[in-house]
Amino acid sequence: MTFVWAFIIGGLLCALAQLVMDLAQLTPGQVLVLFVVLGALAGGVGVYGKLVQFAGAGASVPLPGFGYTMVEGIGQAVQQKGALGLFTGGLTAAAGGIKAAVLFGLTAALIFRPKA
Amino acid sequence: MDSEKEQYQQLTRQLMPKRPIARNLMLAFLVGGLICVVGQVVQWFFMQQGMSSKAASSPTSVVMIGIGALLTGLGWYDRVVKWGGMGGSLPITGFANAMVAPAMEFKTEGLIMGIGARLFTIAGPVLVYGMAAAFVVSAIRYLLTGVA
Repeated sequence: MTFVWAFIIGGLLCALAQLVMDLAQLTPGQVLVLFVVLGALAGGVGVYGKLVQFAGAGASVPLPGFGYTMVEGIGQAVQQKGALGLFTGGLTAAAGGIKAAVLFGLTAALIFRPKA
Repeated sequence: MDSEKEQYQQLTRQLMPKRPIARNLMLAFLVGGLICVVGQVVQWFFMQQGMSSKAASSPTSVVMIGIGALLTGLGWYDRVVKWGGMGGSLPITGFANAMVAPAMEFKTEGLIMGIGARLFTIAGPVLVYGMAAAFVVSAIRYLLTGVA
């Protein structure tokens, strides 16, 4: 059942981003920044966590999931270390994705040539 | 002068092809949904190894980013984005695409300012504002409730 919800929620988030881009005439980069911020906000008020529980990768794979992951990580870190967690928690939680993006991105850019 | 400018703007608006919004939405939904299903399959695989769904989402991101970077390198992901618009760009595979594509394109400018800098053309702003937003949201929650 999670697979069906992953499709629906993931698809809806992408369609929403497309709608914002078309109506407000934004660039893709602007939309991505907007949605990562929205993900952090929705995470902060507890909405995005419910969406992740329910739609799995449908909510965690789209970019708002990245903002949510950082907020979630900060929450855990603050419980353990107090206010310092505000500085360490976000990147700790997102470390896997960021490191993978830099490492795989660098490798791909080194190996491949752009197609004309 | 001004009215001429206005007339010109009106004319360009009339002549510009209308963006087929309904079609764009449909394609973004389908392509984005399918990519998320692939993500769910990867996550399911990690959960079969005994991880909780929460623990499995980090390695899932790693795998999806790897797929996105590889397909971008091969030149296939650009077609996914051309077709699916935000359906291709919003999932984390699209984030990898947004890093690799400009880095590849500006390869000739060298390893430092070419690849090194261009990897962060889109990823830079996303990280900066994502980190800032996560900090502000959590700080407010911390001040209000004592727990973040």
